[in-house]
Amino acid sequence: MAGAVRIRGLVKDFGSRRVLSGLDLDVSGGEFVALLGRSGCGKSTLLRILAGLDPDVEGTFEVPERVSVAFQQPRLLPWRRVWRNVSLGLRGVDGRAVAERALAEVRLAGHADAWPLTLSGGEAQRVSLARALVREPELLLLDEPFGALDALTRLAMHHLVEQLWREHRPAVLFVTHDVDEALLLADRVVVMDEGRIVAEHRVDLPRPRRRAAFADLRSRVLSNLGVDDVEAA
Amino acid sequence: MSRWEKSVPISTVGVVARPEPVAPARAPAARQRKWPDLRRWLSPIGLVLLWQVASSTGVLPPDKLASPVTVFRSAYELVVDGQLVDAFLVSSSRVAVGFAIGAVVGGALGLVSGLSRWGERLLDPPVQMLRTLPHLGLIPLFILWFGIGEEPKLALVAAGVAFPLYLNLHAGIRQTDPALLEAARVLGYTRFERVAHVVLPSAVPQTLVGLRIALGTAWLSLIVGEQINADAGIGYLINNAREFLRTDIVVVGLLVYALLGLTTDALVRALERRVLRWRAR
Repeated sequence: MAGAVRIRGLVKDFGSRRVLSGLDLDVSGGEFVALLGRSGCGKSTLLRILAGLDPDVEGTFEVPERVSVAFQQPRLLPWRRVWRNVSLGLRGVDGRAVAERALAEVRLAGHADAWPLTLSGGEAQRVSLARALVREPELLLLDEPFGALDALTRLAMHHLVEQLWREHRPAVLFVTHDVDEALLLADRVVVMDEGRIVAEHRVDLPRPRRRAAFADLRSRVLSNLGVDDVEAA
Repeated sequence: MSRWEKSVPISTVGVVARPEPVAPARAPAARQRKWPDLRRWLSPIGLVLLWQVASSTGVLPPDKLASPVTVFRSAYELVVDGQLVDAFLVSSSRVAVGFAIGAVVGGALGLVSGLSRWGERLLDPPVQMLRTLPHLGLIPLFILWFGIGEEPKLALVAAGVAFPLYLNLHAGIRQTDPALLEAARVLGYTRFERVAHVVLPSAVPQTLVGLRIALGTAWLSLIVGEQINADAGIGYLINNAREFLRTDIVVVGLLVYALLGLTTDALVRALERRVLRWRAR
C-alpha cells in the first residue's frame, strides 16, 4: 500500500510559542500509529493540521483525499437524529441505509432515530465513530476519542476500534496519553515532545493483545515520556 | 441588558410574567405533570368576591369600576350583538399584519447580519442605536409620517416586533458552537449544509425567546396604537365606553387584550415544545 501520510519539516507557531518544530512523520496505508506525548507537546495540533483545520503552517505534508476525524467530544448535532448525524454531508448515496449499516457496525442498530442527547457518552462516541467511518476514510484521525469515557466503556471501545480498523483498514493516527491504550492497539507507537518526534517503537505482538505481553515495552515508552515505571521496578 | 434582550417572558400588558426556567440541555428526571394546586385559586377568587361585595354595597361606584357580575353580563351582550367579535377581529388582524411586517424585517436583518461579517458591520451599528429609542415614543413621528389611519398602528406593532426578533436571532446565530462548525468542516459539509444543519438550528432556541418577547411587545404596541383615533377594534371599544362612563365595557376590553396575549404566548410555547423536542427530557 502507498503511504497515507508524509510529513516533512512541519513547523507551527502560536504567536511566539513554537508548537511543532520541524516534525517528520510517515504513516503507511492501513497502518495504525499511536501518537503519545504529554499535554502541550503538540500532538493535537498535529492532528488538527492534518484534518485541514489549521492551514497556517510551514513545511510540507501530504494526506489522502478522504480524511475523517473523531474528536474527544462526539460533537454530534443535537437537533438532528442519530442517523442524520451519521449521513449528513455524504453525497450520492441513500443516507438512511448507509447510516443504518454503519450504526449496526458500532452496535447501535436500534438507535437510528434517537436524539443524540438521549445517548450515553459511550454511545455518542460510537455514533461519532460511525460518522467518521461512513465516509470510507483512507486516513482516520482519532483525537483522544476515549478520553472522556469511563474505564469500562473504554475497554469496550478498544475492541470496537480494533475490529473496525481490521475491517476497513484505514491508516489511523491515534492521539492518546494512555500508554496501555496505545500499546494495545497500535502497530507503531510514536512519542512526541516539544514539537518533534523523540522516540518510536514498533509493536510486533499478535492481536488481540494482552497487557502482560507488553510490560517491557511499556516501561520503555514510559521512560521516553519521562515517567518511571513503578510496576517494572 | 436591554429590555428586549433575552430577559424574562413578558405578558401582553408589559408586566413580567412568572419567569419560566429555560429547560437545561439534559434534564435530570422526567418532567413531572402534577395536578394544579387548587389552593392557589383561593386568593384570586377571594379578591373577585371582595370586588363584588364592594360593588353591591356601593363602596365601589359603577362609574369608577363596574362589578364583576356587570362585567360578565356586558361581555355576554357584546358577544351576542357581535360588537366584541368585530373588535376582536380588527385588533387581531392589526397585530397579525404588523407582526408579519416586523418579523420579515427583523428576521431578514438578523439573518444577514448573523450570517455575514460585512452584513454585521453595516447593519448592526444602526440597529443597535435605533433599538435604544423607546419605540412607543415614536408615535408623534409615526402620526406625522403615516397620518392617523391604520398605518401608524401597524408601524408601531412592526417596530415592536422587529427589534427583539433581530437581536435574538443575531445573538443566536453568533452563539453557534465553534466545535460543531469545525466538525462540520472536517465532515465535508458545504457552506449551505453548515448553515442549514449547524448554524440555524443552533439559533432556534434563542430566536424563540425573541419571538415570545416580540409577541408580547406586539400586543402592547397595539394597545398604545389603538389610542390614536381608532374607529374600530378593541381600543375603540374601550375609548368609546370611557366617554359614556361604561367601566364594565372598559374591563371587558382589557380582559380580551389579556386573553389574546395569553393565547399567542401559549401558541409559541407549543411551537417551542415541538421544535425543541430534541432536548433530552
